[in-house]
Amino acid sequence: MTRLHVHGGQLIDPGGAAAGQVADLFIAGGEIAGIGQAPDGFQTDRHIDAGGCLVCPGLVDLAVHLREPGGDHKASIDSEARAAAAGGITRMLASPATDPVTDTPAVVELITRRARQTQCTRVMPSGALTRGLEGELLTEVAALKAAGCLALSDGGRPVHNTLVLRRALDYAATCDLPVILSAFDADLMAGTSMHEGWVSARLGLTGSPVAAETTAIARGLALAEDSGSHIHFARLSSARGVQMIARARAAGLNVTADVAMHQLFLTEMDVSGFNSLCHVVPPLRGHADREALRQAVRDGTIQAICSDHQPHEADAKLAPFVASEPGISGLDSLLPLALRLVDEGLLSLPDMLTRLSRGPADILGLSCGRLEIGRPADLCIIDPDATWWLRPETLHSHGENTPFLGWEFTGRVRHTLLGGRLIHSAERESAHAS
Amino acid sequence: MMSQLNPDGSLRHFLTTEGLPRALLERILDTAESFSGVIDKSVKKVPLLRGRTVINLFFESSTRTRTTFELAAKRLSADVLNINVATSATSKGESLLDMLRNLEAMQCDMFVVRHADSGAAHFIASHVAPEVRVINAGDGSHAHPTQAMLDMYTIRRHKGDLEPLRVAIVGDILHSRVARSQIHALNGLGAGEVRVVAPRTLLPRDVENLGVHVYHDIRQGLRDVDVVITLRLQKERMRGALLPSEQEYFRLYGINREHLALAKPDAIVMHPGPVNRGVEIESAVADGPQSVILQQVTNGIAVRMAIMSMCLEHKAATEAGT
Repeated sequence: MTRLHVHGGQLIDPGGAAAGQVADLFIAGGEIAGIGQAPDGFQTDRHIDAGGCLVCPGLVDLAVHLREPGGDHKASIDSEARAAAAGGITRMLASPATDPVTDTPAVVELITRRARQTQCTRVMPSGALTRGLEGELLTEVAALKAAGCLALSDGGRPVHNTLVLRRALDYAATCDLPVILSAFDADLMAGTSMHEGWVSARLGLTGSPVAAETTAIARGLALAEDSGSHIHFARLSSARGVQMIARARAAGLNVTADVAMHQLFLTEMDVSGFNSLCHVVPPLRGHADREALRQAVRDGTIQAICSDHQPHEADAKLAPFVASEPGISGLDSLLPLALRLVDEGLLSLPDMLTRLSRGPADILGLSCGRLEIGRPADLCIIDPDATWWLRPETLHSHGENTPFLGWEFTGRVRHTLLGGRLIHSAERESAHAS
Repeated sequence: MMSQLNPDGSLRHFLTTEGLPRALLERILDTAESFSGVIDKSVKKVPLLRGRTVINLFFESSTRTRTTFELAAKRLSADVLNINVATSATSKGESLLDMLRNLEAMQCDMFVVRHADSGAAHFIASHVAPEVRVINAGDGSHAHPTQAMLDMYTIRRHKGDLEPLRVAIVGDILHSRVARSQIHALNGLGAGEVRVVAPRTLLPRDVENLGVHVYHDIRQGLRDVDVVITLRLQKERMRGALLPSEQEYFRLYGINREHLALAKPDAIVMHPGPVNRGVEIESAVADGPQSVILQQVTNGIAVRMAIMSMCLEHKAATEAGT
C-alpha cells in the first residue's frame, strides 16, 4: 500500500491533540502512521503538498439518498460517491429507502459492491428497521449487520405501531446496532408540504405543526427510557424538539440527534415564493427554530450535521410546490456551508469538524474522525482561501436541485483521502478539464 | 416571488391580490365600472381584445367561473378556447407538466388557469413565454383574486367607500382561496376592520398575521358589521375530523336571520357560491332582501373584463410602439 507524506498543512483535529499546528502527516497501511515526524524507516512513495491548506479528518455524512437501486433516473451510487469525494466526504450512510428497500443482505451487498467499483467515498448502507419499511415485521438484523449495516433506520417512514417500534428497538439493541428514527409523526405530517405558520396561512399550503416533531420525539424518548437502547433522532427541525433532546440527554438517556445543513441557513420565509427547491421534509421552520438549531449545534445537543442529500431529476421540482418532490441535493454544499458557519463565528474549525466528522463517526461506532496515529487516514485537505460560486457547472452531484445555487463560498476541497487512498483531487480534476 | 406587475407598475399577470397597491386595486374597480355599461347595452361587445386568443385552462371543474371568464373574454371580442384537463389524483402533477411543455407551442395571449394545487398559477406564469399573460382563476387554497375583486366591486356598489366598513368572513377560512384573496383585497383597499369567524379547526395557524381579527363566536363576530361574507363548506370536512356534523356547524356558524340581526340593519350578505342551503346559510337569508349573491355573479363579468383588458394593455402599448 502506498506510503504518503502530506506536508506543510495546518492540522485541524476535532480530537484536540493536533489542533492548529502546521505539521506533516505520514500515512502507511491506510492509517495515520506519524504526525510531525516520520516513523522509523518510513519511505515516502508519494508527496501531497498541503502548504497553506487545512488538513482535516474526512467528513462523515449520516444521511444520503443515493437513489440506487430503484431511482437511477435521479442519480446513481457512482455519481453520488464521486460527488461526495469531491465534497470532502469520506464515509456516508445511505438511507434504506431504496427500491427494493434495503431490508435484506442481498440489497446491502448490491450497494456495497457498486460503491466499491466506484472507489470513491465509502458507502455504508443502513438497514431497514422493519421489512419493506412498512412498520409491521422485523428485518433479519443480525444478517444485515453481518452484511455490513452499521445502523438501522426507519428511512423517513415512521413506524406507526408503537408496540412494533418498541420490539424493533429491543431487537436492534440485542444485535448492538443504533437505531435512527425520523423525528416526525406520520399522521401530523400527512398531506403537509411546509411549516405550519403565517407563511403557510398566506400561501394556502397545508402546514406541518411543530407538534409533528415533538410528539414523535416524546414517543421515542419514552421508549428509550424504558429500554435504555440507543436512539438517534434524525433531522431535527424545531426549537421545541431541540429542547426535548437536551433535557433527555441531561437526564442521562442514550439519545443523539442530527440536523440537516440546510436547516441552519433557511427558514419558512424561503418558501414564500412557492420555491419548490425549498420543499423539504421535515419542513423549514421559523427564524427562532433555526436559531435554536444553530445553538444546539454549538452546545452539542446536536452531535452531527448531515447533508440529507436527496438528488432529483429536473422534472421532480417542475411542478406546483405541493406536487414537487421534497429534498435538496446537499453533497456539494455540505462543507462550504459548514465553513460558512465557522466564518459566521458559530463554531470553531475543530468544533465544526466535531459535528461533521467525529460526532457522526462516534454515533456509528467508527474509529475515524480524528487525526491520531493508528486512526484511518481519512482526510479532507481544504484550501481555506479559495473563493467560488456554486453553479450548475460546478455541481458534482447528478441532482441540481439546490437552493444554494449562486451562493458565494470561501474554502474548497483540494484532496480527499479514504484509508490513505486519494479519492478526489482538485488538481487532477482541473487537469482533466483543461 | 414571480412578479405579476410590469416594471412600470401595470398589471402583467393577475395571480393574487396580495401586495397590490391600492391605486391599482381601485383602477380595476373603476375599469369594471366603465364596462358595466357595456353589459347593459343590447350589443354587449367592445373590440379591446380583437385578434387576441384567451385559453381557459381548467384543471378543476367549474361552471360559473369558467363561464363568466368566457363571457368576459367574448365581450372584449377575444377568441376563446376552453381546455378542461381531466385530472385523476395520480396524474395531477404530471398532466400539468405535460401541459406546460405544450404551452409554449400554443400561440396565445392569455391563460386563465384553475388548478387544485396552491401556487399552480405562479408556477405556470413563471414558465410561459414572456408575451403570454396568466390570470389565476383559483389555485388550491391559495388565491382566487378575480372572485375577490368582484366581491370588492359588489361591496363598493352597495356601500361606497370601504374605509369605514366592518367586514366579517364566516366559515372555512383554512381551505378557502376566496377568503385569502378577500382579506388581502380588503386590507389593500383600506377596509376599516376585517374579521374572520370560524371554529379553530377551520382557521389557519397565525391567521391574525394576515391582518384580521379572529372570532370563534358568531354572535360577537357579526356584531355591527356592514358586510357578511359566508363561505361554502365542503362535505369532506366532516371526514377529516374538522367538524362533527353539518347540523352543528349550521347551528354555530350558519347565517340565519337570528345571527344576521346582530349585524347592522343595512348589512349585505355575500357568498362566492355555490350555496349549500341549510349548511352555511339559511334559504330565507340567501334569498332575502339583504342578499347580494346573484349580483356577485353578474358583477363577475365586468370585473373579469377589466382585469383581462388591463393585463393586455401594456402589451398592446408595447406592440404599437415597435
